[in-house]
Amino acid sequence: MSDVTQPDTFEFTPQFRDAADAFIAKYPKGRHESAVMPLLDLAQRQHDGWLPRAAMDYVAAYLAMPPIRVYEVATFYTMYNLAPVGRNHVQVCTNLPCWLRGSDAIVEACKRTLGVEFGGTTEDGLFTLSEMECLGACVNAPMMQINDDYYEDLDPTSAESILTELRIGETPKTGSQIGRKSCEPSSGLTSLTELDGDG
Amino acid sequence: MLKDKDRIFTNIYGLGDAGLAGAQARGDWSATKDILAKGREQIIDEVKESGLRGRGGAGFGTGLKWSFMPKEIGARPHYLVVNADEGEPGTCKDREIMRFEPHKLVEGCLIASFAMGAHAAYIYIRGEFFREAEALQSAIDEAYAAGLIGPDACGSGWDFECYVHRGMGAYICGEETALIESLEGKKGQPRLKPPFPANAGLYGCPTTVNNVESIAVAPTILRRGHEWFANLGRANNTGTKLFNISGHVNNPCTVEEEMSIPLKELIEVHAGGVIGGWDNLKAIIPGGASVPCLPRSICDSVLMDFDSLRDVQSGLGTAAIMVMDQSTDIIAAIARLSAFYTHESCGQCTPCREGTGWMSRMMARLVSGEASVAEIDTLEKVSRQIEGHTICALGDAAAWPIQGLIRHFRPELEARIEQAKSRAA
Repeated sequence: MSDVTQPDTFEFTPQFRDAADAFIAKYPKGRHESAVMPLLDLAQRQHDGWLPRAAMDYVAAYLAMPPIRVYEVATFYTMYNLAPVGRNHVQVCTNLPCWLRGSDAIVEACKRTLGVEFGGTTEDGLFTLSEMECLGACVNAPMMQINDDYYEDLDPTSAESILTELRIGETPKTGSQIGRKSCEPSSGLTSLTELDGDG
Repeated sequence: MLKDKDRIFTNIYGLGDAGLAGAQARGDWSATKDILAKGREQIIDEVKESGLRGRGGAGFGTGLKWSFMPKEIGARPHYLVVNADEGEPGTCKDREIMRFEPHKLVEGCLIASFAMGAHAAYIYIRGEFFREAEALQSAIDEAYAAGLIGPDACGSGWDFECYVHRGMGAYICGEETALIESLEGKKGQPRLKPPFPANAGLYGCPTTVNNVESIAVAPTILRRGHEWFANLGRANNTGTKLFNISGHVNNPCTVEEEMSIPLKELIEVHAGGVIGGWDNLKAIIPGGASVPCLPRSICDSVLMDFDSLRDVQSGLGTAAIMVMDQSTDIIAAIARLSAFYTHESCGQCTPCREGTGWMSRMMARLVSGEASVAEIDTLEKVSRQIEGHTICALGDAAAWPIQGLIRHFRPELEARIEQAKSRAA
């Protein structure tokens, strides 16, 4: 956290405050500390995708928790970004199922298109590139996550075009890039063909 | 091959409406009140009789697990916690349930909670599954609006609340006590057992943690009868199962099949076969990253169930099948998994915290071949010193893939070392 310019203060906007209170209400009375993870996530969403120290302190005060307990949580879970990230956080899975389907080439395509290495952010602040562990879409490998969405069944060309679209402010198609609905065999159904009606 | 009429997840590909209307058209939420009217004990007995074993990896009897909860509800409330922290490499089945069959999960939460005397369930979903959490929340909202959950759920007289809690990127939270710690707002570090969660789990209260698939199949089992489920698969390995087939196959896919289907048939019928044909197969990891790989000779005949895979020193795990053809550098493949476990070790137990890093560095040397043959034995020995010596199973999970590699591919490891030697010379 030391080499990052930290804001002095942080406060939920009314909208985020309402969302925070809704999370706290999910847990039994006196168990509000359970809401620390969703509140840190809210704070990160409000603060351009990263968690400054002031936001952790704010969440600690909001939940009447010792700040150290909040720091422990914020530093343990990898989805909390403790330094600024680009507007699009490009996270490429390189775990075994994706690697077997060519994630090395996806990584290369992303690095080439964005001009950064893993951990790097483009100068325009639009993209940060990260290497990810398994994201749980293994039969749609290789894949990457950008912010809240998955892009699956990638090849270097489709990966590049997704990044290019994002760069010019367009909204690329999420999910499978080869026309699959989800996780069915791409050559056609081998099951669920004998049913009547919906599904 | 399983007939469609015996498939539970008839919308697993999302081709139909995942919402309440579509789910009800497929039979979900039909006569749920009658199921609850059977009473706690009978529900648990029927789940026991069905032979359902936990679908999250360990394969513990689901009905038996439910029976461990206190019979009487004392001063401490009971909780159901659903493990939707799907993160075992290769595994992507619960994701499909949550986005396309969420009502099966929500209905299962009500039934399981009722059977265990719980008025609340928390579904802990991995943070990266943001859209899946949205889909699940939408199903929960629909169920509340229709009076299926909430006060007097389904007109049963039972009050039931169902909540979604998102994780934030920690594989270890798939371990049930780490998950509970995380749900309490802490770092996800596993707890020592005992006490077991059924005695002291979430907030120190009686808690049962079940996998998404285990809970989502329960309503259908109770509706169609435990005999129907028990007659699928083999004894002690009953029912249907979602299989994820990834890697070097022509058509990677997820499919629901009968338990105990031969591995080869599963791949050839549903995944279009191994790329280049079955003879081009090198190895398969049959149950998620944590279970040992199998060479082709075993894959030829092994059945996809708990006992058959245990008998060949591997495991069904999450039934996530990773297929590797002859082009695969199997040493690099296992080294990639070692790097994963190093990244995900929570750091609590020394054998795992230090051992995963040590094994990963050793594996990197074996990938390049810059090692001596004696180091293979050292690696094997060290893996045995990690296995079984940690609070949770992550240490075991890091050790097993390496043990599988050495067991089946030792000649390849030695050849790599020889190659490196001759290059240097």
